[in-house]
Amino acid sequence: MKVTLSIKRFDPEKDEKPYRKEYTIDVEPTFRILDCLDKVKWDIDGGLAYRRSCSHGICGSDAMMINGKNMLACQVLVQDFKKKYIKIDPLPSLPIIKDLIVDMDGFFAKYEVVKPYLISKTQPPVKERYQSQEDRALIDEAVNCILCGACSASCPSLWSNDAYLGPAAMLKAYRFVFDSRDDAQAERLDVVDTPDGLWRCHTIFNCVEVCPKEINITWHLSQLKKKCAMREL
Amino acid sequence: MIHKHDLIIVGAGLAGLRAAVETSQYADVGVISKLFPTRSHSGAAQGGIAAALGNEEHDKVEWHVFDSVKGSDYLGDQDAIEMMCGEAPNAIYELEHLGVPFSRTKEGKIAQRQFGGHTKEVIDENGNSKRIPVLRACYSADRTGHVILHTLYEQCVKRNVRFYAEYFILSLIIDDGVCKGLTAFNLRDGEIHTFHAKAVMFGTGGYGRAYRVTSNAYANSGDGVAIAFRAGIPLEDMEFVQFHPTGLYPLGILVTEGARGEGGYLVNNDGDRFMKNYAPTVMELAPRDMVTRSIQTEINEGRGINGGDFVNLDLTHLGAAKLKERLPEITGFAKTYAGIDPVKQPIPILPTAHYSMGGIPTDLYGHVLADEKGTIVKGFYAAGECACVSVHGANRLGTNSLLDAVVHGRRTGKTLVKYLREAEFSPLPDDAEKKDREMFANLYGTSSGENADKIRLRLKEEMTNKCGVFRNEKDLNSMLDTIHELEHKFKNVHLSCKGKVFNTELMEIIELGNLLEFSDAIVTGALARQECRGAHWRTDHPKRDDVNWLKHTIAFKTEKGIELKYKPVVINKYQPQERKY
Repeated sequence: MKVTLSIKRFDPEKDEKPYRKEYTIDVEPTFRILDCLDKVKWDIDGGLAYRRSCSHGICGSDAMMINGKNMLACQVLVQDFKKKYIKIDPLPSLPIIKDLIVDMDGFFAKYEVVKPYLISKTQPPVKERYQSQEDRALIDEAVNCILCGACSASCPSLWSNDAYLGPAAMLKAYRFVFDSRDDAQAERLDVVDTPDGLWRCHTIFNCVEVCPKEINITWHLSQLKKKCAMREL
Repeated sequence: MIHKHDLIIVGAGLAGLRAAVETSQYADVGVISKLFPTRSHSGAAQGGIAAALGNEEHDKVEWHVFDSVKGSDYLGDQDAIEMMCGEAPNAIYELEHLGVPFSRTKEGKIAQRQFGGHTKEVIDENGNSKRIPVLRACYSADRTGHVILHTLYEQCVKRNVRFYAEYFILSLIIDDGVCKGLTAFNLRDGEIHTFHAKAVMFGTGGYGRAYRVTSNAYANSGDGVAIAFRAGIPLEDMEFVQFHPTGLYPLGILVTEGARGEGGYLVNNDGDRFMKNYAPTVMELAPRDMVTRSIQTEINEGRGINGGDFVNLDLTHLGAAKLKERLPEITGFAKTYAGIDPVKQPIPILPTAHYSMGGIPTDLYGHVLADEKGTIVKGFYAAGECACVSVHGANRLGTNSLLDAVVHGRRTGKTLVKYLREAEFSPLPDDAEKKDREMFANLYGTSSGENADKIRLRLKEEMTNKCGVFRNEKDLNSMLDTIHELEHKFKNVHLSCKGKVFNTELMEIIELGNLLEFSDAIVTGALARQECRGAHWRTDHPKRDDVNWLKHTIAFKTEKGIELKYKPVVINKYQPQERKY
C-alpha cells in the first residue's frame, strides 16, 4: 500500500527555517512509522535525520510528533492510522538541531535538578534492604519512565514558561520521594515545592495522553502536591 | 580537539556504567556513547539477573556454576564461571543498595523467578538425584534491564561522571602495544575528536545487527568488536551467536524467557507442547540453544502455525492478573506489534538473533588479551557483551548476561582503580586522527558508488539464512564469498548526504563497515568448527567433538585474511558430559 509522509525538514547548514516535504512510499500495513522513516532515508534521502535505537519502545530515542500527537515512531504502525497521509514533526517546543532531532540538553538538565538518584543516609545491610510489596507498588509506574520527553514537550505550562521543571523531571522526583528506601524526601520536596516546580502543573493531562508507557503522570504529581501541602500543616 | 581523561569508557550500558560507578570517585572518567546513555540496549533486557540468593527457595552458588557450565556446552571457562556466580549475590545486593527497584517477595526480599537452564538438585521418589527448575532470576517485572540501566545512570549523575553522548568511536590508538586512547566523531557537528587516556575500557555491546531477524537495537552493530579487530586485537569464539527462541513474529522483538519462566507453553500447529520431545524434564525451560533448535525443527518440518515460519507461545492459562503484574511489557508488545492480546490469544514467535557469546578476549580482571597465550594489552580493558571471558562458552543461559555485565563491569572497574593509581599518560603518536580524516575525506568526496543499504540488507538476509540456527559447509562457504564480495563493494560506497550536523548516513556507513568486519570472523570460525556445540550447530557434523573441538577459537586479522588459532578451555570441577535435560 502507499502512504504519504509529510515530514518537517530543517538542515541548519542549508535552511533558514524549517519547511515541510512530502514523501510517498510503498509500505506494509504493519510497518512502524520508524520503518517508514527508514524507507525514506534509505530509498529517497540519506540526509533525513532522526534518532532511533531499540525500535520497540524501551530506549526512548524516537519520540516525535505524529499527526499532532507526541509518540514513539517505533510504537505506532501504519495500520493504526485511518488516513494514509501522516504528518511528522520533531517534538514541539524544543530547539531543532536537524530534521526530527531536537536538543534535549535542557530536558536532561531539569532531570538532574530533582536529584534523580537514591539517597540513603544509613549504612546498607549486608544483604538487600527490605521493601514491602505495597511500598514497591507505589513506584511501580514511575520507574517505567524511559525519558523520551514526549510528556514535557506536550505540556502547555512548559511551553509558556521554560523555567518550569516539567512532568518528566517531577515524575522522577516522585519516583524517589515515594521510594521507602530513600532518605532525602525533604530536600527533594524543597526542589519541587516551588513556583516553577509542582505548582506550575495545572492538571491539563496532556502528559498522560501522550506517555508511551501509559504512566498516569498527573496522578503522580498530585501525590507529590499532597505531600508538599501536608508538610506545610 | 584533544580531550584528556585518566580513563575513557566506551559504551554506557550496564558494563560501562557499572565500571564508571566503581572508578569515578578515584579517577577522572569520561564515558563515550553513540546514544544518550539511558538509550543503551541493556535497557531492553527483560526477564532477570541471576544470583543464587535463595530468597524464594533453597539455592546454591555451586548449582548456578554447574548450570552455567552445562549451559555453555562445556566451552565456558570454569574459573571465570565460578568467579561470576560466586560474586553474583553481592553484585545484586550492591545494585539494590544503589537503588534498583527489584520486584519483592512477600517478606520484602528481592523476588526471583525461573529461567531456562537454571536448576536445583532434588532426590526423586526412587532415591535418584535429578535437576528441576529453580527460582534464581532476580527481576523487576519484565523490565529488569531498564531499571538497572536507569539506576546506574542515576548513580553516575550523582558522581558527576563526564559523558560524551552521541559521540561515535572511530579508531583505537594502540602504539607500541600500549592503548593510549581513541578517536571518535561528534554526531552533533561531525568533528573528529581525540581522546587521550591512561586506559580505555570497552563496554560496547553485541553484534546481533548482522542478522535480519534480531532482537537487537539499531545501535548493536558491534562497533567495539570491529574496531578492536581492526587495531590488531584478536576475537574469541565469534561463531557462537545466540538465537533467542521467542522473538515476536515477524520482526524478532524479544519476548522474555520469563514468559516461559512464569509457566508459558510452546505449541505447534497440532496443538502439541512439542518440547516434550526434545527436553522432557525441563520442557520449555531448556537452555536457549535447545529450545531454538526445537522451534526451528518444528517450523522446518511443517508444524509451524498454518505451515508458516512461526509457532505459538501460549500464556492464556496464566490469567490477566499475572500477565499484568509479571509480564506487562511483553503484553504491550504483543498488542502493539502483532495485534494480539496474550490474555486471550497465543503469541506468534520465531527464533531471533539475540546475543554474542564471542568477542574481545579478556582475563578475569577485564584486561584485553593480545593472543591465545594470554599476553595483556597494556591500557585496554573490556567487559560485558563485547568481551569474551568466557563465562558463556557456546551458549549463554538467560539472566547470565546482565550478571556478566554487572560483575565484570565492577571487577574491571576495581582493576582500573589500581592500575590508574600508578599509570601515566603515554605520549600520543603524531596525528592520531589521520586515517579517520582520510576516510571522511574519501566518503565526502564520492559523487556516486555503491548503495550502503543494499549491501547491509544483503548481508543481514544471508547471515540469517546461511549462518543462523542450522549451518553447513556449503552455506558457510557461500556466505564467505558473499562477505568478500560485499567488502569489495563497500570500498566504493557512496555517501549522498554531505552535511556535518547529525549525518546519520555517515554513521550508518561506518557501522556497515563494522558489520562486515566482524561477520567475516563469525563465518570463518563457524566454517572451521566441524562440530555441534551450544549455539553453533553444523548439520554436516551433527555431534559435539570434545577430542578435537573442546577449545576456544581465537581469530586474528592478517593481511592474508583471517587466521584462526585456538586455546584450551579451563576445566576445573566439571568434566564434559552429554548434555541432556
